[in-house]
Amino acid sequence: MKFITKPSKQNIKTFLPTGLVLAFISIFDVFVNAFFNYNLFSFLPSQLSYFLPLILGFTGLYLIRIEFSGYRSLDILNKNINSSNFNALLTLLTVFIIVKSIPPLLNWFILDANFVGNTKEDCTGDGACWVFIKVWFNRFMYGLYPNAEQWRINSAFLILFAVVGVSFFVPTKIKKYFILFLIFVYPFFGIKLISGGSFGLEYVESAAWGGLSLTFIISAFAILFCFPIGVFLALGRRSSLPAIKYISIGFIELWRGVPLITVLFMSAVMFPMFLPDGTFIDKLIRVLIAITLFEAAYMAEVVRGGLQALPKGQYEAARSLGMGYWRMNLLIILPQALKLVIPGIANTLLALVKDTPLIFVVGLMELAGMIGLAKTNPKWLGMAMEGYVFAGLVFWIICYAMSRYSQNLEKQLSTER
Amino acid sequence: MNLKKFNIENKKIRDLIPQLITVFALLSIITYFAINAQGNMGNRGISFGFGFLNQEASFDITFSMIEYDGSHSYGRAFLVGLLNTILVSVIGIFFATIAGVIVGVSRLSDNYLIAKVAEWYVEIFRNIPLILQIFFWYFAALRALPLPENGISFNDISFLTIKGWYVPKFIWTNFNVFLLSIIVAMIAIYFVKSYATKQRDQFGKQIPVFTISFLIFLFIPLITFLLLGVSLTFEYPVLKQLSPTVYTYEGGVSIIPELIALALALSMYTATFIAENVRAGILGVSKGQKEAAASIGLNKNQVLKLVVMPQALRIIIPPTTNQYLNLTKNSSLAAAIAYPDIVLVFAGTALMQTGRAIEIISITMLTYLTLSISISIFMNWYNKKMAIKEK
Repeated sequence: MKFITKPSKQNIKTFLPTGLVLAFISIFDVFVNAFFNYNLFSFLPSQLSYFLPLILGFTGLYLIRIEFSGYRSLDILNKNINSSNFNALLTLLTVFIIVKSIPPLLNWFILDANFVGNTKEDCTGDGACWVFIKVWFNRFMYGLYPNAEQWRINSAFLILFAVVGVSFFVPTKIKKYFILFLIFVYPFFGIKLISGGSFGLEYVESAAWGGLSLTFIISAFAILFCFPIGVFLALGRRSSLPAIKYISIGFIELWRGVPLITVLFMSAVMFPMFLPDGTFIDKLIRVLIAITLFEAAYMAEVVRGGLQALPKGQYEAARSLGMGYWRMNLLIILPQALKLVIPGIANTLLALVKDTPLIFVVGLMELAGMIGLAKTNPKWLGMAMEGYVFAGLVFWIICYAMSRYSQNLEKQLSTER
Repeated sequence: MNLKKFNIENKKIRDLIPQLITVFALLSIITYFAINAQGNMGNRGISFGFGFLNQEASFDITFSMIEYDGSHSYGRAFLVGLLNTILVSVIGIFFATIAGVIVGVSRLSDNYLIAKVAEWYVEIFRNIPLILQIFFWYFAALRALPLPENGISFNDISFLTIKGWYVPKFIWTNFNVFLLSIIVAMIAIYFVKSYATKQRDQFGKQIPVFTISFLIFLFIPLITFLLLGVSLTFEYPVLKQLSPTVYTYEGGVSIIPELIALALALSMYTATFIAENVRAGILGVSKGQKEAAASIGLNKNQVLKLVVMPQALRIIIPPTTNQYLNLTKNSSLAAAIAYPDIVLVFAGTALMQTGRAIEIISITMLTYLTLSISISIFMNWYNKKMAIKEK
């Protein structure tokens, strides 16, 4: 009769070892099954041996669920993964799924994957064919940009990173010149370096740009321009002048109400109709304008949130110091409002980076577009999985890093209120 | 006196000038564009107008919920695209909400493993562009499915193959009666609910509304089956050999892989955002509320139902509305994998055939604007209903 009693400190001597052994057997069985494809309980009927790990594990976890056992690690274990029957079941299922899914993933990514070779025929294993990524890597990074000229893209980005890196370490007084350089000089210098056409550099038309570098170029430009436009729109929406207010509202709501893909369509097929016959604006520039205006509308709403969150006293205090509209906004309101909405701004910028692959609708190919091109190459058919996993990984690293950075920035800038 | 008047005048003028300049600039840009557009269209020999909507479309659409073929008009093609957009949005919203709530609640679970898994789900799927996820499901994952002849069968009722998911078709007789019975059941439930509220407010009596509603919802449609001649049969998909090597399924409904990939990607992506909203909403209800509710003797379910959820929903609904809107707009990425939504059918094929860029793009954008605005109006109404009623 004593065996049926609830696990407690009195019977810990018998229950704890039994429970641990049962739980261990259950997980060990799943582990062996997943990694070595061997069923420990194959002598049992198949249905029973299928559910046996779950039953064993559940009993085991029930037996070790002892409150105030006196063992610190056991208490922590129980509190975190084994606080009730339901939780124990969830824990077991999660562990089983994770253990079960490790071997196939490991096999596909590394053990059965192919790393050496130059053609599809070199991929003999069952796993991923990373040769595909290796061969096409240059294209995935630079698009159809001529190989001999790729140093220009590299140096443009290197200069950017160098300037940004140096600006982190210089004193605040000089820092603002770096920022001014980055905003007003660098973009035009960078574009000139990449597009060429003068200073002895060969001209490379924008249709040849592509790959991950195009993602960066578009993101950088759109971020640069959408921010000030967004701030102006937000101020306009809160303006006391009705005409400016309603034009801003209309503009913001128009862009926010439609998907980016239709905006890009518009820039590609409808916008040329609005220009005088014979004028031609480069496709990339049209796309840049479209993305910038689109994201500016979202930015405006984020900034407006910050403006609304500021207490009225800030406006009144600035007014009473005799500040005009622009001085009040630039020196008092915006610095505080923007700080409040850093997470929102970061999310908008993240959305912008994640939206760049959409430029495929106008025929520009960044990373995802280049993979689409590569996987339809007759010599490399059937490589979609590798390509999109690679692209997903690259984008994930970029976006995850950005979101982490914004969280840090938020912490750094937060002041006690 | 004079000075004051002058000041007012001055402020008025000061306010007027920037407004006038803005309006004038806007108008001149619009006029400039309009003149250019007219000139361009004149050069190409087309005139602005929506008459083309009645012309024969003469292109086929792979997936349509209403009757359509090439002999129908462009207007009809537009409708097909619109319905497809709405279909994938509704499916996406449905599954995104379910997945989002589960993941959001899991993130707050006291089970460390579950909370971590939910957190990583959010971190992974939120930080990969939606279009890549759609490509992944469509070009990589769903292409790994077997051919029709050895499709994955679920009890021989439905089959999952590389060409789509074949499910049984519902064949109703007297469907209208059934529909009517559901409406009647809903009205009955509404009356039961208001009666229960009255009883609770006046006499403090608790009536098991949920059980009664459930029974009503079960029994009234059941009666129509038994007495009013409503019946439901299924038409199952059956494998058929077209040629020695080509097989297909006949009968049933085929859910095309484009729809599966799109709905899957949309709901998994949007679920991460909804999960974050749900988590924020539940965290936003202060602990004191739960403790206060427990101390007046409510049990755990009542605390959740009567105290936590109503307050959490108030925080959750507005941002979730935004996510529903985003999902609807994101469904336009369908064009990338050739799911015949409004963008692909209308702004793609129809535009290519007619060359009427201005009309077609404006109609498409207006449609999305209308969809967005109608969802946000509905959600504002709902939000107002849920908002705190201060007495």
